[in-house]
Amino acid sequence: MIVAEQKPVAEILRMIEGYRKILVVGCGTCVTVCMAGGEKEAGILASLIRMAWAREGRLGPLIDVSETTVERQCEWEFLQEISEKVAASDAVLSMGCGAGVQAMARMFEGKVILPALNTKFIGMPERQGLWTELCAGCGDCVLDRTGGICPIARCSKSLLNGPCGGSQNGKCEVSKDIDCAWQLIFDRMKSLGRLEALGAMLPPKDWSKNRDGGPRKVVREDMLL
Amino acid sequence: MKSGSNLEKVLVHGDFAVTGELGPPQSNDREVIVKKAKAYKGYVDAVNITDNQTAIVRMSSIAACAIVAGLGLDPVMQMTCRDRNRIAMQSDILGASALGIKNILCLTGDHQSFGNHPTSKNVYDIDSIQLISMVKGMRDDKKFLNGEEMKSEPRMFIGAAANPFADPFEYRVVRLAKKVAAGADFIQTQAVFDVPRFKRWMEMVRDRGLHERVYILAGVIPVKSAGAMRYMKNDVPGMSVPDELVRRMEQASDPKEEGIRICVETILQLREIEGVSGIHLMPIMWESVAPIIVERAGLLPRPEY
Repeated sequence: MIVAEQKPVAEILRMIEGYRKILVVGCGTCVTVCMAGGEKEAGILASLIRMAWAREGRLGPLIDVSETTVERQCEWEFLQEISEKVAASDAVLSMGCGAGVQAMARMFEGKVILPALNTKFIGMPERQGLWTELCAGCGDCVLDRTGGICPIARCSKSLLNGPCGGSQNGKCEVSKDIDCAWQLIFDRMKSLGRLEALGAMLPPKDWSKNRDGGPRKVVREDMLL
Repeated sequence: MKSGSNLEKVLVHGDFAVTGELGPPQSNDREVIVKKAKAYKGYVDAVNITDNQTAIVRMSSIAACAIVAGLGLDPVMQMTCRDRNRIAMQSDILGASALGIKNILCLTGDHQSFGNHPTSKNVYDIDSIQLISMVKGMRDDKKFLNGEEMKSEPRMFIGAAANPFADPFEYRVVRLAKKVAAGADFIQTQAVFDVPRFKRWMEMVRDRGLHERVYILAGVIPVKSAGAMRYMKNDVPGMSVPDELVRRMEQASDPKEEGIRICVETILQLREIEGVSGIHLMPIMWESVAPIIVERAGLLPRPEY
């Protein structure tokens, strides 16, 4: 899933300065699962804004903070459901990932759409309260050659041909809190009896699949109408 | 001869090679390079110049190498994969060759979080093994990485790093073999303090016959103080320092002299190991000690070709 975390409240308050009617929009998919921008978090953020504004004496009949949550902010059909609420607001605070914010900005022309989250990565919950990046979305998966552990996302230097000289006791040179991805790959390949595969050189990567000119697209000819 | 560099001549001739590391200044002061390089003259076969080491911005390796070459010394240009993509790297390799630089050391590079611009974006378009292969392709096949041909090739003696003290230990020799297969002509190792572990690694190197396919220069660092030795032990990633050496430095009445003694002893031990073709001296911020060490290790005079 896509993992995100909420921006500091002070930053959000600065962002919405000058607007009177704020609609906080949660998203029911990835950011609900990672507890950053779901229905519950949208309610809490709206309350925090109301409290902050009340402290400043800003709340009144013409000032309003409300919240709503859609199933997925990155699909048109779900956004249509909130058209009226969006129309009634001065600014929308999206608690979706970067795709959600942008989908709303395209859907609701002329409306200010602001991000309440920092979108972090594609990953998973490691344990309660801890999420880890697993995939960099590089567009050219090498997991078949690296024992199912991604060196692009998980090695600090995205190395393709083994650990650098900074790998020690299973940890990355950058921090003792970071597992060396290549130690993990080595251990996994060893347990799979495939160590000899790590002797082959992986050629330079085709990064055009990762960051090409403009946004990358996936086209499925069989599905186009 | 692949490059005709002095380092290549010394190694091909079978002499026990000595190279010295030179860190460029955090300024455009040419005199710093000149002074440090002159201190090495007559004591080393090549001067190895770092490329923004520990990710701190310094004068470029390529410019410092050109200055050193102008003084009649043989420079080794370090090139890391951290700051440049394949376009900039190939361009710099061509430029370096045009400036008379004949040795290149292909490195991954320290992560930018160690340096003075920790918010920078790293590149790592290609890794060090792919870089070795790219330089070899340019030199031997006269081809750019994309397969296009070039009119005249950069004749570089290709070096790579190896760290016998990093993990996974078992994989270290496999990685060395990959570097040799990719085209490395010489190898420079992480500084050796832990001679027994280095010997074990060299056994693995010999088991694969790699010592016959590549020249291995063992790295050594002269250490000035007990604090510096403890720092090497505890804070430098991928370093193994025996407790005994820390103790010797702590108990020494003259720590500088003890540091020199340890370094010379290490060199003498390394020289006895089959497959070690030379040493690489890394006198960090203490270049002036190099002549003393080279002399006391019995490595003078340096051969002239």
